[in-house]
Order: sequence, then structure tokens, then C-alpha cells
Amino acid sequence: MEEFEFLDDIATADVAIESRGDTLEELFGASATATFEVMVNTKGVKPRIKKVLCLESQEIDTLLFDWLSELIYLKDVEYMVFSDFHIQIQKDANYLLQAQIFGEEICPTRHELRCDVKAVTYHLFDVSKKKGKWVSRFVLDI
Amino acid sequence: MNGGMKINKISDWIWEIPKTEKEGMLVPARIYASNTLLEKMDQGVFEQITNVACLPGIQKYALCMPDGHWGYGFPIGGVAAFSTEDGIISPGGIGFDINCGMRLITTNLKIEEVKPRLSDLVNELYRSIPAGVGSKGFLKLSLSDFKEVMIKGVDWCIEKGYGWPHDRERIEEKGRIAGADPSKVSERAITRGVNQLGTLGSGNHYLEVQLVKIENIFDEKIAKIFGIKEKDQIVIMFHCGSRGFGHQIGTDYLRIFDKTKKKYGMNVKDRELACAPFNSPEGVDYYAAMVCAANSAFVNRQIITHKIRECISRVFGSSAEKLGIEIVYDVAHNIAKREKYVIDGKLKELLVHRKGSTRSFGPGRSELPEKYRDAGQPVIVGGSMQTGSYLLVGTDRAMNETFGSTMHGSGRTMSRRAAKKRFRGDQLIKDMKKDGIIVKAVSLSGLAEEAGFAYKNISEVVETMDASGISKKVVKLLPIGNIKG
Repeated sequence: MEEFEFLDDIATADVAIESRGDTLEELFGASATATFEVMVNTKGVKPRIKKVLCLESQEIDTLLFDWLSELIYLKDVEYMVFSDFHIQIQKDANYLLQAQIFGEEICPTRHELRCDVKAVTYHLFDVSKKKGKWVSRFVLDI
Repeated sequence: MNGGMKINKISDWIWEIPKTEKEGMLVPARIYASNTLLEKMDQGVFEQITNVACLPGIQKYALCMPDGHWGYGFPIGGVAAFSTEDGIISPGGIGFDINCGMRLITTNLKIEEVKPRLSDLVNELYRSIPAGVGSKGFLKLSLSDFKEVMIKGVDWCIEKGYGWPHDRERIEEKGRIAGADPSKVSERAITRGVNQLGTLGSGNHYLEVQLVKIENIFDEKIAKIFGIKEKDQIVIMFHCGSRGFGHQIGTDYLRIFDKTKKKYGMNVKDRELACAPFNSPEGVDYYAAMVCAANSAFVNRQIITHKIRECISRVFGSSAEKLGIEIVYDVAHNIAKREKYVIDGKLKELLVHRKGSTRSFGPGRSELPEKYRDAGQPVIVGGSMQTGSYLLVGTDRAMNETFGSTMHGSGRTMSRRAAKKRFRGDQLIKDMKKDGIIVKAVSLSGLAEEAGFAYKNISEVVETMDASGISKKVVKLLPIGNIKG
């Protein structure tokens, strides 16, 4: 199951998140939803526009870093927020991520906007499997 | 809250963690703080500042200012100087928001003129200066224009009519740092940043209309030199940086440094401290890209200044010149600068990383405009939206003790989540209105995160640096209008 929680007592001025999933796809989905929850109430973001992403990385942690960085980049370049993530991750020589992500253009009058996210940091960054669940921890620069 | 580390008292305001406290420390760590501020400081600060003390080429001390708090990589409020010969450069020591900084602007308007139209003024500023998630500026730049922005900084604005020729004198580095190389900037950084010039951003970024009260002028002579000439004068202060352009450059190079750290034997204690030798190809490239972002941040604040001049002119029906809308100064507080200091009796060039720390140059420095050279550099310290901000002046002592650096703000004491649980944005707007402060915010929850109680006591933070002689108080400025992303 996709889950995430905001960690109150880490990195005072920024936002620390722990996300969990039974699979890597769920973990990446939960991490993406958590990142957009910082910026907007994602319940109010309709899945109107589709974007397709392909990423490749040697390590699973750098893949997560690249995935979140790509979403933050798209938010600024496309002026979009996203709320629905269909992800496939394959492990070959490298990890390959293919995703269809759904959202809509930012509308300050319709969306409940929160704080902008500047970047994903490597501070306390971790991706690991604990008791059969994938767990990640990351800090977003606000 | 020091995680069991030994801390020696050097003076009432300086505390030192010896280099024996953590394996790998090359220099001691020093924290500037009153007793109370030290007691309340995040545990993360002690961990992070001692991690910084382990970085290759660090000189004298890893420093943390009294507004220090737990950041990523460096603590916020961190200062570290590295030899440009054999030291490092680290994106985590600068922050993603390259050249995030403060600008202070005077007017010759008085409170009795502004009060009846304060609401109009705040609304006009809110309409003209975009803020919050996904905001775009009014400029439509071509790629070649944007490259000129990266190289020329504020000179580009003056050429295009977005500033007055003497504005450049009142900006750190005259708003144009040498060494920018747009070829070291990714296309992604350009696409991300090209439409955002003239926007505030979000988080703790703000624009404030502020009031000078006679009892808050601590040094009348220097205040006059800086353009704060009379009681009840209205000034404008704002806080923002290089927006998505800088954020992307930070992300791009963090990724590169994370990969090359093994090659250069950079054994860092926090992955976010990923760094490279300043003289390595990657280090040289990052510096050249960082300067592009720093110059674009000066431009961002200059475009906002242009908009402020237009707004005040419209509301008060007079020209910006007649209304005395002049820049006092503009300081960068997330940056790495090449500066010279005496180390072991010899003048040495250092790369001073300031992450949430302001340059605080003393009198006589050639970098300062003639107008301020005898007084020292104006230091602009932004407080919370409810409690006020300060204008200070740099000292010789800063040159000797802190690599010409001081605090940048009041510093957070409560996490964003904790603040949001405790305060409500709509209630804050009502409370602040009762206190005579009009607020316009894009995000109510973002506003709640910035409540005054979420920050340290600004006066105590400022007092620490004043009493330790690093920067001296000139004026305290009180908020009466505030715009937030």
C-alpha cells in the first residue's frame, strides 16, 4: 500500500518525508504524491493532462532522486501539478522507470496552493527494504 | 541540545567545539550565540557544523551564526572558507536557492501619507509582483537575452530601463559577479528559469512595507548615510533569490558532485555535502554556473525593484525619483565568494561559502560604494513577518573573526509542520490586521508556516552579533504591510 508521512522534527526550515510501498512502484508513487502535497492539496488536482517520463539509473536511490527532481522541474516548466502516477520500474543492467503522470495546469483560484518546493536534497536520503516493504526518507528544500 | 559534544565558552557570545570531538574535523567549529540561543539551538546544527569542519581545505573555523538551525548539508547560518588552491566547493554549502538575498529600498513617504492608502499599496504590489507556486514574470526573454542576464547581471537591467545607473553601486558586487559562463548551465536550468524573473517565490520569501520609528534608530549618523533620514519614514524590504534557474543548477551539480566524489576522494559525512576540489573541472564548471545564477538573482531583485517603483508611483501619483525610491543595499546570503583574508600572516584567496549568512564588510573596503566606504557595508537582516527586521553595518572585527560574515535572519525554531499545526493562516491575517499589518498571501497554509512564533527572537539574534562586534545595529524596521507567496 502507498503511504507517506511528514516527519516533524527533521530539518527545521524544510520538509522531511518518509514514504512506503509494497513495491518500488508504490514507493515512487507515494513519494511523488507526498512531494506534490507539499505544494498543493492534490485532492483538488484533476488528472486532465498526461505526461510521459522515462528515467534510467544504476542505483535505486539515484533513480528516486532523479524521479522527484524531474517532477519538481516539470512543475516549473509546464506550470503543472500532478496527482496521479502510473509507474513501471524494471531492473536490467540499470533500473528503468517508465511513467505516465496526470495533472493539470496550476490555477491559483481553483487549486489550494501551499509552499513551493525548490529541490530534493541528499540530506538523510535513504531508500531501503524493511520487513518486506520499501521505505524511503528524503528532505525537500522549501 | 548539543548531542553530547564538548563545547568550550570562548566569550559570552562565542562557543567552540574542539576538533577532537569528531573524527575527521580539520578545524574547530565556532557558534555565535547568547546562552539562551545556544541552549535552544537544534541538535542538527552541532552535527552539521562539525561535518563542515571536516571538509578539505577549510580555514580557521567552521562558523555558525546565531540564527543557525538545522538545514541540509551545511546548517543554515553556516560560514566556511576554503583555500582556492587546495580547498573544495560544495553546492550544499551554498543552497539550491543561489544568491537568495535581501534588498532594502527607501522612500521619502511618511506613515501619515501611507496609512490611508496602505491597503491600495499592498494590493498594487501583490498584483504586480507574482508570488507562490508556478508564478511567471512579465518578461519574455529569448535565450540570448537570458544569457546576457547571466553575464551582465544588473547592468542588463540598467541597459533595458529596469533600473537607474546609480542602482548598481548599492548592490553587492555591483550586481554583476565576474566569471559567469552560460555554457556551464544546462538547458533544463534555462527552461526552468527563463520565465521567472521578477517573481518572489514562496516559503520564507516576502516583500514588506516597513516603518522607521524614532526609538528604533540606534545610530542616527550611519542611518542617515544609508538613507534612513527621519522618523516615520516608510521603506520596502524584500527577500528572494534565483528561483527555478538557481534551483536547477544546484540540482544538476549536486548530481554531478555525488558521482565524482569518489574520484576525488571526497569522504563526506552527509551526502548533501558532496563537493569537488575548487580547481577540478567540475568545481570550475559549478562556480561558473553558480555565478550565472547569482547574477540572475540580482536581476530578479532589480526587476522587482522596478515594479516597486512603478507601484508606489501609481498609488501616490508622483515619480519614483520624487518619491525617493532608492536602493539602500542588496545582499546575497546563499553564495560562495572569492575573497582575500590574512591567514597565518599571509594574504590568501579563499572561497567563502555563506549559507544563510550575510557579508558584513567593515569600513574602508574598496568593494563598498564611496557613499558607504567610511561607514561600512549595510547588512540587511529579515525577521519574521510579525516581529520586524534590522539594518546593521559591517565592522573590521568581522573581517578578522568571521570572514566578513554575519547572520541573515532570525532563524527558524519551529518546523513548518509544527507551525501549521499550531497556527491558522486566516487567523494570522486577522491578528496581524489588529496589530496594524496588512497581509496578502497566495497560500494560507504557507502563511501559517511563517508565523512569528516559528522563529527565534530577532532582537536576541541581532544583539548577539552587535555585542560581539561583528555587525552593529543601525535601525530596527517594523512591518506594516506584507506580501507572501
